[in-house]
Amino acid sequence: MDWWFFLEVFVGGLLSGVMYSLVALGFVLIFKASGVFNFAQGAMVLFAALTFVRLLEMGIPMLVAVGVTMAIMVILAIAIERIVLRPLVNQDLIILFMATIGLNYFIEGMAQLVWDSKVHVLDLGIDEYDAFEIGEAFINKFDVYAALIAGGLVLVLSLFFRYTVIGRALRAVADDHQAALSVGIPLRTIWIYVWSTAGIVAMVAGVVWGSKLGVQFAISSVALKAIPVLIIGGFTSVPGAILGGLIVGCGEKLAEVYLGGFVGGAIENWFPYMLALLVLMIRPEGIFGEKIIERV
Amino acid sequence: MSINNQNLISKSEVIMNIKDINLSFGGLKALSGVSLQIKKGEILAIIGPNGAGKSSMLNVISGIYVPQEGVVEWKGEVRNKIAPHDIARMGIARTFQNIALFKGMSALENILTGRNILMKRNLFMEMLYMGLGRRQEEEHRKKAEEIIDFLEIQSIRKTPVARLPYGMQKRVELGRALALEPELLLLDEPMAGMNVEEKEDMCRFVLDVNEQFGTTIVLIEHDMGVVMDISDRVVVLDYGIKIADGTPDKVRSEKKVIDAYLGVG
Repeated sequence: MDWWFFLEVFVGGLLSGVMYSLVALGFVLIFKASGVFNFAQGAMVLFAALTFVRLLEMGIPMLVAVGVTMAIMVILAIAIERIVLRPLVNQDLIILFMATIGLNYFIEGMAQLVWDSKVHVLDLGIDEYDAFEIGEAFINKFDVYAALIAGGLVLVLSLFFRYTVIGRALRAVADDHQAALSVGIPLRTIWIYVWSTAGIVAMVAGVVWGSKLGVQFAISSVALKAIPVLIIGGFTSVPGAILGGLIVGCGEKLAEVYLGGFVGGAIENWFPYMLALLVLMIRPEGIFGEKIIERV
Repeated sequence: MSINNQNLISKSEVIMNIKDINLSFGGLKALSGVSLQIKKGEILAIIGPNGAGKSSMLNVISGIYVPQEGVVEWKGEVRNKIAPHDIARMGIARTFQNIALFKGMSALENILTGRNILMKRNLFMEMLYMGLGRRQEEEHRKKAEEIIDFLEIQSIRKTPVARLPYGMQKRVELGRALALEPELLLLDEPMAGMNVEEKEDMCRFVLDVNEQFGTTIVLIEHDMGVVMDISDRVVVLDYGIKIADGTPDKVRSEKKVIDAYLGVG
């Protein structure tokens, strides 16, 4: 066995896993705070990436474009709370889930109506094919930067959830609405915070994915890859989303290279779902998910 | 003697005045023509058979239900419809019949969350744990630790509450309510499902809260022994109507009350 090659595949897998984690993070945030699986997360990624790339194309400096895109995602969050979530307060979670499916189509359509449906090249000034050389292995530079961005984002989010007043309020709302209200935490404000944060995470994911694949409609379907990540890592855990992403990224690349040959290849696409199925059978709440404790 | 006198004087001030409440859900009348005064510093028990309207009454007091008719005055001012999260800001805290804790958090974090509305916000400072963020966290942490000492739950501070036994969970929930430093504390069946020892502890805490912090307490409870022991005043509801209001001794001997409990008439 060629260990340098193994290392290259392994690290490549880890780094592409980070990209999945980025998308999965957005889901975790909303799920953690409201128990809703936000089907529209993929559309939010697309919308944010499109907004960002079009702003750049207008000749707006990158930092300003980041700021404007963030502001637009916050406005979107406020609109979602006002128009979609507020009228559905106290409804079953499945109703909210259905609403996010509608929201998904709406945002996808709106993104392409406001901007357009062409493929846009997003150039962050990092060469995609440049690589670090470690021994005999090549590690893609772009992937390393993406991993650093994701790592930073996770660190900030973890600190935010654990140590800030609002972070604590978010966790409180996720655990028990009634109790959160009784200590004076307003649900509506919290929802706006959560959706805004998810929108900003969507922007980061969109920009990273967009600069790799080009900003195009297909970006909204990277969200599908987040599902096995979430099942493996646990729907409620920020570190879980990261670890899940790494496992999926690594697993699929290694499986493709070392097992693919025996079954005719192209197993990269379905391998993560197999892994997810396995996790569901052994540990349904995922690796880091909150254990479901029920007293009888 | 002089202490008793002081108590009597302070207990005559009405902090909540509820007048002629009518509350119904569709065709079901939950409360009809109930008036109730809550006096500062007292422990008031609301009792009655199942379905008598006790929980509805508590929800009217906490502003969750807005009665179709009647007036609720809080500290001399008429209180109109308020958002559910504003109740805490008025100085009213509560616990729930079926424990409502933040299950993913530790006991300490639950209690700290009770102080959320008292905290200032500065994301950046908080995340880096410096300046305002640090001072604030330390100050509130100190308060939370005081409550933990008070409720004698030092040993479970860091335990996720979902893992605690029932009696302890109830205690943490009381702690979270106390963290708000409320003027009025509402306890919905604080002793339900507890064993004798746990009940004794809880009684002691309720009395201590009332005595040490001067908190006014309204509680719903089924255990008559407990009610008669710790309350200054007892209000009896039956079928949404107030049938008695007075000291435990007085209420205990009223015929209407005995009938309601024995199911006569």
